[in-house]
Formats: sequence, C-alpha cells, structure tokens
Amino acid sequence: MAIATGPNVVGATANELPSPALLMRMFRTMTRIRVFEERLADLVEKGGINTPCHLYIGQEAIATGVCTALNDDDYVWGGHRSHGHYLAKGGDMRAMIAEIYGKATGCSKGRGGSMHLFAGQVGILGTVPLVAATIPLAVGSALASKLRADGKVSVSFFGDGAVEEGHFHESVNIAALYRLPVIFVCENNLYASHLSLAERRLKDNIEKAGEVHGVPAERIDGNDVLGVHETASRAVERARRGLGPSLIECRTYRWRGHVGPSWDMDVGVKRKDELSEWLSRDPVKRVHKMLSEVIGETELQAVTNDVQTEVDDAISFALESAYPDASELRQYVFYKGGAPE
Amino acid sequence: MTRQLSYAQAIREAFAQLLENDPRVFVFGQGLWSPWYVGSSMQDLDKEFGRHRIIDSPVSENATTGAAVGAAIAGMRPIVVHPRMDFMLLAVDPIVNQAANWSYMFGGQVGAPVVIRGMVNRGGEQGAQHSQAMQAMFAHVPGIKVVMPSTPYDAKGLLIAAVQDGNPIMYIDDRWLYQEQGPVPEEMYSVPIGAATVRQSGTAATVVCSSYMTVEGSKAARMLAESGIDVEVIDLRSVKPWDQSLILESVRKTGRLVVADTGWITCGIAAEIAATIGSAAFEYLKAPIERVCLPDVPAPTSGALEKAYFVGSEQIVSAVQKVISHNSRH
Repeated sequence: MAIATGPNVVGATANELPSPALLMRMFRTMTRIRVFEERLADLVEKGGINTPCHLYIGQEAIATGVCTALNDDDYVWGGHRSHGHYLAKGGDMRAMIAEIYGKATGCSKGRGGSMHLFAGQVGILGTVPLVAATIPLAVGSALASKLRADGKVSVSFFGDGAVEEGHFHESVNIAALYRLPVIFVCENNLYASHLSLAERRLKDNIEKAGEVHGVPAERIDGNDVLGVHETASRAVERARRGLGPSLIECRTYRWRGHVGPSWDMDVGVKRKDELSEWLSRDPVKRVHKMLSEVIGETELQAVTNDVQTEVDDAISFALESAYPDASELRQYVFYKGGAPE
Repeated sequence: MTRQLSYAQAIREAFAQLLENDPRVFVFGQGLWSPWYVGSSMQDLDKEFGRHRIIDSPVSENATTGAAVGAAIAGMRPIVVHPRMDFMLLAVDPIVNQAANWSYMFGGQVGAPVVIRGMVNRGGEQGAQHSQAMQAMFAHVPGIKVVMPSTPYDAKGLLIAAVQDGNPIMYIDDRWLYQEQGPVPEEMYSVPIGAATVRQSGTAATVVCSSYMTVEGSKAARMLAESGIDVEVIDLRSVKPWDQSLILESVRKTGRLVVADTGWITCGIAAEIAATIGSAAFEYLKAPIERVCLPDVPAPTSGALEKAYFVGSEQIVSAVQKVISHNSRH
C-alpha cells in the first residue's frame, strides 16, 4: 500500500482568513503546545520526569483547529498523547506540568501523570492511555447532552491505531443511529507505536469508516490549522443542529517517538525520509508565515517570548510544589462529591 | 401485612421510582423493549417513561457500557443492563479500566456514577457461555462496588442505593430468584451498600451466603434444624465491600464458618472471606473454614452434568456437618 504523505486531501484551507484575533489565538495556542512539548522533551532527556510522556510535537494544528471551533463548556476526550488537547481546550499549564512531575498540585493530584489529564472546568472530561477507550465515553457525554438538550458538543480525539479497535466501530454506529452531537477526530500520524499504517491496514481508507456507518467524513490536511478549524466548525454546527456526528481524518505526522523525546529513526521502513518531508510541513511555521504577513514579526515574537515565560513559570511552579503525602495513597478510590454539571 | 412482590417486580418498581424521581436516570442495554428478554423486571418501562430514556441498544456491549460511563462522567445517572453477564465481558474495558479507575486517576475531582446490571441466567442446559456468575472478577478491582440482592426487598433497595451512590456499582441479579416473593414497601427506600444481614440466627455454625445461595442456605438451615442443629445464616447482599464486622461477630459466637457463593471456588468471594476471617478471628475458630462454591469447571449442558455442577443446600448441609464434627484444638 502506498501511503499518501502529501496533502492529497480534501477540505482545503478556507478562502477567507478568520479574524486577526482568532488567528492570533491559534498562533498562541500552537506556540504554547510547541514550546511546552520541546521543553518537556529536554526535561525528560535530562532525567527527573518518570511518567511516560507521549509528545504532541508536529500535530499542534489539529488540537488547535478543533478546539478553537468549540465553546468552553463543550466536552473533549483524549488519549495518551493529549498534552496538546489539554492546552488547546484551556487547561492550566501549571497544573499539567505539576501532574507530569507527580506533584500534589497537578491536574490529577499526582494520580494521573502525563497520560491521565483532567480539567472539568474547561470541559476536558478525561484523557486516558487505553487506546480508543474514550471514544465510547465521548458518545456517552454526547448522549447526555442530547437527553438534557444542553446544546453541548463532544469531541473525541484518537489516533489511527484506535480505528483498529472495536470501540471505534461500535461507537460510530451508535452515534450515527441516535444522531448524537459528537465529532470523531482521528489524528492519523501514520504510526501506532512502532508500526506504520501500511503494516496494520491493507487499505489507507480510515475516512471511509464514516460512509459505512452513515456519518459524513472527510480526510483533511492535519497540519493546516485553518483547514482543520473550518472543517471542525462545520462538524460542530452540524452537531449543534441535531444532525448527528462527523468523522474527520486529519493527516499529520508524529515527529518524535511513540513515547519520549527520541526522533524514533529505528522504526518504520521509511521513517527518515518521511520525517524530513514532514518537518518541511511544520504546522507552527505555516501559521507563523501566514501571520507574519498579516500581523508582523514583532508581535509574533512577543507572543513567543510570552509563551516562553509562561512555560518557565509553570516549570518553576511544578518544581516548587510538594509531592502528595504517602498517607493519602488510598484517597480518591471512590468519589465523594456530587455529580458534576 | 406489607405488600408482597416478586423479586422481578421489585426490580421493576425500583427502576420506575428512580426514573420518576431523577431526570438524570436513563437505562441502556439490550432487550429493554422486549416483553420477554429481561424477564418481567423491565416490562413496559419504555411505554411509561419513553424510549429516549429506556434505550434498547445495538449489540455493542463495549460501546453501550462505555457510553453509559461517559454519560455518567458528564453528570447523568445511567443504568446499563446486560441480560447475560457472560456478554458483559465484552465491556470489561469501560467497567474495569475506565469507570472503576475514573475517580482515582483524576484525584477525586470527578466520578463515574454508573450502575452496571449484570444478570446471571443459568441452568436449563444453557452451558458455558450462558451461565457464568462473575462477581469475584469485578470485586477484585478497586473503585467498583458489587451488590447481589437475594430478596425482593433488597432487590429494590440495593438498586436505588446503587444509583444514588455516586460511584460505579455492579448490580448482579440472578434469574433463579425472580419468582421469590417477599415484603416490599411501596415507598422509595435504599438498602445500605456494604451491610450484610442475618437471615436466621443460630449458634452451631455461621453460614455466609451470596445471592441465590441465601435461598439454598436457608433451606439447608431448615434441614439441619430437623437434626437439632441451629445455624446462623448471613446474607452478604454486598460482596464488595462486604460486611466484615457482622460476620466476625457471628463467627466469634459460633466458632465455625461455611461460605457459600454462586461463583467458582478459586480466587472467589468465599476464598476472600475465608482468608480475612481466618486471620481476624483465628482464636475463635473451632474448625477450618469450609467453602461451598462451583468447581473450577465451565458450566456443562447435559442435565446429568448440571446436577453434578451446581451446588446448593445439600452441599451446605455437608459442609456444616464437617465443620461441626471437626475436633476442636481449642
């Protein structure tokens, strides 16, 4: 099977640019993810971070394009590679890096690490590493929204490996059957752990899963934040109007290894060639280039400087925070509070 | 006299009152619109509360259970129904990996208040995949509570308690109990999760039973009473958490313990109780603890083999006779 690595995709960038404010928001979000993840990669390499970190570098346009199409109270569910989803939806950076360091101030109070992130106040209901596990859960929050008529949309972010799980197919069928307000976002970064797509599927046709279940589906360039945003916005509108789910296959590339900071040259038959090709399609550089024409380099540099300060501050916060006390090991096995809204 | 209902009618009444009183409650699972699929325990609920709240689902145990877990995390109070527990095993990921861990993984900031109803439906030459009682598997997992009512009163009260608990609860009912009659108050009430109860008091030995084994245990007690042996029958009601203090109190009195469970013997509920009581009440025990459980064999089909497979009052009587005749070292 020949895997298309180029942007031979539909759902191209919208003809009209969004407002400068939205563009700047996208640039800031993508920069926050990129700078955070690059710093994290360095910290992991240096030692001192033990929780497995699956880096989102190279895929920033997807979380950003989708989450800028959502309201604060819409729901997002993720997987093992979800630092980007957390930041894009508005999760607190300090709480995430503290969580990664295993601190009591972490977003999951030191019980989650990198792979279990939660930020209920901005609609992140959970990210967990069991592949495909949150796909049915997203169908469930969409079912809740439909029963309550609360107008919220649920987004499920997952990778190309998750499509190989039964969870995915059962969930898409159920969402289609009940016309649930859920958007299935497949981030096809061409690898599931160490195996390339061609080693796991006879056909390169993930987006066809939509048609089979009666769900509109598109394959788009996942490194084009405007294209992602535009496609996601249409899916959100469709969901809010009660017309049901959508499937979006975003073609992208995982720059680093499945887990950790390495560049992962030892896996996949063509990994090295692929990587150099995909590095040239850097989603952050693309939006930077577009914006430097509209907004100017000085302002963009100011954003980048800002973000670097924010990341420094977050890391300091995490390092200064206390670890959870061993006496609290058994705390939180059962939930004590009332159900969240 | 309090009104009498069957076990199945009591379950149905709990569903109706929960749906009536809490708009967050909905029911999801297979066979819910069928007049025969889930016994009479769900009859016409769809007509009474609408098919948007009583959802007869596609044949997708994994995704329907996962969706219920997701809806629970998002603030609803779903009840998933698995008309056969064997099929529920296709949904182990959302139950064990997701629901059970959700509160802990996120530092207690959010729960997964989902009730998973797994029905045990065995006998009748149905065989290995239509017979299993898997309570021990789920009781093994932190973060999930497992209840197994044996009377109509508890069938109603424990279902209501399960929905109100705010945590993932596995509610296991056994179709061998559906015709049992008993007093059931009309009002909405709950039975505390984790509290066992004494069905019959006695001094010769303690017989702890789960679910349907309580019926067999009570029958065994009547048989033993004929020979002048008065045993104490305790109905566990919840197998996780289970009521250690009530059983300890009884064993301190009787000094002899038999545990009867509907599941397999190895790593089962009875093993857990025996180990705990053996440790906590060693000095009170006058005989080794006996277990009455299924042998480590899949359920057979042929009636001749079924008779050899399922355990009941006869085996409980033998176990009691064994612990009573043991020569005490004390």
